[in-house]
This record gives sequence, C-alpha cells and structure tokens, in this order.
Amino acid sequence: MNYNWNWGILVTDPYLAWIFSGLGWTLLVALSAWLIAFSLGSVIGIMRTADNPMLRTIGAIYVEIFRNIPLLVQMFLWYFIFPELLPQEAGMWVKRGIPMPEFWTAVICLGTYTASRVAEQVRAGINAISQGQRQAAKAIGLSPAQVYRYVLLPISYRTIIPPMTSEFLGIFKNSSLALTIGVLELTAQTRQIEEYTFQGFEAFTAATILYIFVTFMVMFIMMKVEKKVSIPGMTSLGAK
Amino acid sequence: MKSKKLALLAFTITSFFSTGVMADDVDSSFVLKRIQERGVINMGHRESSVPFSYIGKEGKPMGYSIDLCHKIINQIKEVTGKKDLKINYVPVTSQTRIALMSNGTIDIECGSTTNNLTRQNQVDYLPITFITGAKLVSKKGSGISKIEDLDGKIMGLPLGSNTEKIIRGIAKKKGLKIKYIMTKDHPQAWLTLESGRIDAYAADGVLLYGLISKAKKPDDFQVTDKFLSYDPYGIMVPHDDSTYRRLGNVVLADMMRSGEILKVYDKWFNPGPTGINMPISNRLKMAFELQALPH
Repeated sequence: MNYNWNWGILVTDPYLAWIFSGLGWTLLVALSAWLIAFSLGSVIGIMRTADNPMLRTIGAIYVEIFRNIPLLVQMFLWYFIFPELLPQEAGMWVKRGIPMPEFWTAVICLGTYTASRVAEQVRAGINAISQGQRQAAKAIGLSPAQVYRYVLLPISYRTIIPPMTSEFLGIFKNSSLALTIGVLELTAQTRQIEEYTFQGFEAFTAATILYIFVTFMVMFIMMKVEKKVSIPGMTSLGAK
Repeated sequence: MKSKKLALLAFTITSFFSTGVMADDVDSSFVLKRIQERGVINMGHRESSVPFSYIGKEGKPMGYSIDLCHKIINQIKEVTGKKDLKINYVPVTSQTRIALMSNGTIDIECGSTTNNLTRQNQVDYLPITFITGAKLVSKKGSGISKIEDLDGKIMGLPLGSNTEKIIRGIAKKKGLKIKYIMTKDHPQAWLTLESGRIDAYAADGVLLYGLISKAKKPDDFQVTDKFLSYDPYGIMVPHDDSTYRRLGNVVLADMMRSGEILKVYDKWFNPGPTGINMPISNRLKMAFELQALPH
C-alpha cells in the first residue's frame, strides 16, 4: 500500500476537537432518540397486545410503516417532505425557526423508527408470558392497566433485556445516518477530517475504536442492569 | 533513399520525444509495471461530476477528464507494449477516491479533484486542467451578491470540501455571523436551497452552473461573480512514482502546446453536451500556455 501514515493527525488541532465534538453529537442524538424509542415503543408494544382491536390495529399499522421503510429514506422524508406537508408558516418554522432543525429531525426520525422495533420486542415479551398469568391477574380483580403495570410488564421487560440491548446498540450505529441531513456526528466528522487531510485511514480507525468503545459500554451497562433486576427463578439468568 | 532514412530518423526522434518515457523505464515505475503485468488499467471516475466525469446515457463514463485520461492511457499502451490494454472503470466518490488510490485499486483518477498541498502528502497530480473557485448561488430577489450579504442568514456548505474550509475562514475573518448547514452532496444541497431551508449555497462555480442548468426553473437562481477560493483541478495519480507521473505530464504538456486540449475543452464546455456553455477563461488559457513545457 502506497500510503503515508500519520497517526499524529488525530491529536492535531483542530481534528482532535472535531472527533470529540462528533462523538458528543453521536451520543446526544442516540440517547435523545432512545428516550422516544423506548417510551413510544413501549406504548405501541402494549397497544399491540391490548384487548381492544382498535388499539391493536393502530399499533400494527405504526409498526409496519416505520419498520418497513428504510431508515435512510425516512431521514429524507422527515427532512424534506414533512415540512412541505405543513401549512407554509409552520413548515418554515420547522425548516428554519427551531434551533438546530437537523438535530431534531434526526432525533425524531431515529426515535420513531427504533420505536417500531422496540414495540415488537415489548409485544414479544408480553406474549411470551403464559395466558394464565393474565387471566389470574384479571380474576383477582385488577383493572387492565393494573394487569400490565403489576403483572405483565415487570416480567416482560426483564425477559427482553437481551434483544433490547441490541436495539440500544443499533441506535448508536444508526445515528451515523444523521450525517445525511447535516448533523456533524462522529462519522461526519471523520469524513470531514479525511477530506481536509486525506488521512482517512487514521480518522476512520479512530471512529471505529470510539464506536466499539461506546457499544461495549452499553453492553456492560445492560449486563449490569440485567443482573440487578433479575428475579431468581423467573428468568433463565436467575435460574442458574 | 537518403530522404527515406532521414524521415525514419525524424520519425524515431519525434516518437521518442512524444513518448518521453522509454520502454525500459517501465521497470522503474511500479504503476506501469503492475499495469503491464495485469494487462488492465483501473481508471477511477465520478458518477455525476458533469461535465468532467459522469455516467452518460449509454451507461459509460464520459466527460472532459475522461477524454484527457484516454489520451494518457493511449500513451501507456505504447510504453507498456500492451496494445490490447483493457480499461476497468472504477466508480469513486469524494470519500473513496483517496483510499482507493492509496491501496492500489485505481491507477489514475479522472474526476474533478482540487489539487492542494495537503493532499499532495498522499497523492500526486498531473498539470492543472481546469480552474474554478467557490461561488454562491441563491434565489433571485434574495439580495445576495457577495458573502457579506449572508450576515445573519443560513448557508449550505458541501460537507468536507475545500469550499467549506475557505468559506468558514473568510466569514471568520470578516466577523460574519452565518449559520451553516452541512450537505452531503450537490443534489441534496439543491433541494435544501429550493425548499428555503438555506439562503445560499457555496460550491465550485462550475458545479453551480451545472446544477442551475438542470433545475426546474433555471431563471430563478443567481450566482455571485467573484471567486471566493482558488480550486485548480488535476488528474490524480499514485504518490511517489515520478516515471508514471512524468508520462502523464508529457501527454498533457503536448496537448497544451499543440492546442489539442482546447478542442477537448470546447467539446465539453462550449456549449457542451449538457449545455453548460462556458467559453474558456483567460486564466485557464494562460495556465495551459504556462504548463506547455518544452521537450
């Protein structure tokens, strides 16, 4: 390979600052989007298991729409098409009025997309509980909300921690698509450094290591969470 | 008989000079050697850098840079003695071109790449074949005729480009408060401009004219007069292979000296198949003259 390696570029001003600013935006986009994904996803997931057929249908439609359109396309739809559907003034406000329109668009897009995937995990978790539990809870006079709050959700959330970890990891990696609408997150800054210096291999190596570091941290935290909340005898982890 | 011999001698001398690189030199060039061994030359090209390097209607790469590269490749055929040298077209983007050249995937890059000193740490360039610079495009009636008019406004910049670096520098120096939005590629930037997200977009002037010529309503847009940066384009070749680079230099210098390059220029720019309609600038003409080194 005919390449001049220069690892020093990574700690040179301003490139080091760019990398960390990029990492900061990656974390901010991913964590903000996760708030939406987790809360909205839980609601949709619960709706999909509700007794009311109307709620089940709404949940199913949401999941099918957001899960079946490529994330990159959704990014474009939110950024370019959505503001045009609003009344002109509101559209203009979305486009230029709010501070950091690209950031909020990316958060909402990533959040609503991941919510559809979280919803499916939540639904799977609830459906994995035997019908007897639900019936027993109803039999002792709990309201539907109480059935979910005290019986179904505590069990299902514990069951789905491993797949939920995957979704949580996914949101960090998918956040790199925010660069397509102008958020200068880690991958965007890496490209920026490559274009400025033509030292792309060093920059992408640094980005790779940072992504791996972040995802390992997430995995570590989620493992701790799983251990901490496990109920002995309830999950496979507790049974060992 | 004598005149025949003389003619032969003259022919040998001229072909020697026009070749510039002798056949034995192939061994001193790792690029020529690998081309000779493979019987294939890998040409990097862009897909939408109109009219420098883009995919034409027939699905084949074409354009000003591509034509110049074909001239160089003809010379490579001579030197390596591979008359049936195959050309393998490799599409590159502004993100991949440098990596693909460094790792030896492409032997020559024929696109629209600015020659700058930082990049010369990684790659070498052939003589300047086009000169442009950053300009601003905005909607007519926006009152933007120079960069100062953008104070307090929103502006789009191509992510990671030479333009971005320069514009940010100018704005900082002049103390302008401009909000920047980074755009991934030109078509997307155009969409942000059309939809009113940004007030102006900066990119190489020649590319802006190309974008306007393709817009739904070309008359709605205006481009500022002054160049805000100096962007000389050059064909990119692998680093540290002076024999190979010289071969390209000789071909281009010959074309510049004979004026052949002007014909190629006119074919693509004046008015050109896409109707870009850019007669050659005095600056570029001068550059051709200055780079037409004698043998």
